Amino acid sequence: MTLSADEAARFAVVLEDHQEALVTAWTERVASTLRGRLSHTELLRQNTELRRGFQQALAGSAQDLSGEPAAELRAQLAELSSTRARQGFSATETAVSIFAFKDAVLATLDAQGTTDATTLRDYVALSSFVDEAALFTFDSYVRVREELIADQAEQLLELSTPVVKLWEGVVAVPLVGTLDSARAQVVMERLLQTLVDTGSPYAIIDITGVPAVDTQVAQHILKTVVAARLMGADCIISGIRPQIAQTIVALGIEFGDIATKSSLADALRYVLARTGKKGR
Amino acid sequence: MERVPILKIGDILLVSIQIDMEDQVALQLQEDLADRIVATGCHGVIIDISALDIVDSFVGRTLATIAAISKVLDADTVVVGMRPAVAITLVELGLSLPGIRTALNVELGMDLLARERAAADDDADEEPDGADDAETPAVPAP
Repeated sequence: MTLSADEAARFAVVLEDHQEALVTAWTERVASTLRGRLSHTELLRQNTELRRGFQQALAGSAQDLSGEPAAELRAQLAELSSTRARQGFSATETAVSIFAFKDAVLATLDAQGTTDATTLRDYVALSSFVDEAALFTFDSYVRVREELIADQAEQLLELSTPVVKLWEGVVAVPLVGTLDSARAQVVMERLLQTLVDTGSPYAIIDITGVPAVDTQVAQHILKTVVAARLMGADCIISGIRPQIAQTIVALGIEFGDIATKSSLADALRYVLARTGKKGR
Repeated sequence: MERVPILKIGDILLVSIQIDMEDQVALQLQEDLADRIVATGCHGVIIDISALDIVDSFVGRTLATIAAISKVLDADTVVVGMRPAVAITLVELGLSLPGIRTALNVELGMDLLARERAAADDDADEEPDGADDAETPAVPAP
């Protein structure tokens, strides 16, 4: 049920007249759910702001949360969820902070002593309005969290595929984590671009940090090596752990004439021996 | 019709392909290059494809043919400057350009040719054991 203009106006008056008591009661209830993870002063400030938001929305006779009078309130709620999400509060803790507003209002109404059917009706209408606000908070919370996760995934992709220069003419790619198609593509492009940029004829692909090598991962690595060869650079695969070596053989993966070494040091020594022989 | 210029630098012929490799251009280049190798007596050919966005199977085959013709005329061929995107596309298509030696840039290509030459001279001086292509492995099928 939506809030009628009369009800909204009546509550706007209640919120205005009893603001002190209301905010105090509300803050106490929220503080108990957050178990002291947010300071009392901070909560008091937030709730004072929000009370003003609610009061203004109701004074503007907001029927529901989507209307124009509630625009300011929506912005405040979104801000609240965004801060809470970043501070590591759970979705429930965030939403309950808004739900507690209902208890505070009820306590205020009790104190007023008006307990007729009209008050009940009013209260139920307000309750649904607050519910809507809490759901909106929940939605914003989830959205902020999803943005955070997407950002982190992107950062992880950036972080996990560095190409480092190991020696004059030798670059290395230490692969860490599971190699799926998307990452393999990023690794391949970045490695090849680095080869061109630095003019390095040797690349070492180190798979120490790759937890498992299946046929698909092997295929990705092979493609990278073949592409590098097409461009005129040679790749060495290093960091093959005993377990991985057994898996490779069991799966029947053929690395052909691609040099494979057990450690990065071996691979570097191998490359240096080859470049040394050529008198570079 | 456009032509690809062939430049002589010391003992090397440098071909820098800056235009789209249409079939006629490729065939003309093949002819011109054979003429120039004989005329100059050069022992190395560097083909720079860093300006090429697309290398299709025809261009690939032409490059291989040029390499084979040069070999007959006692000149080594190195294809240099292949772009990463081109290499990735070739690998995805399963084209591996057999019979073509590659290097990252012109400088490394010249190094490679110098080494090949030195190895060939050594082999001629000592007993020929034919292990001269251990330097750059052939590209295996992906």
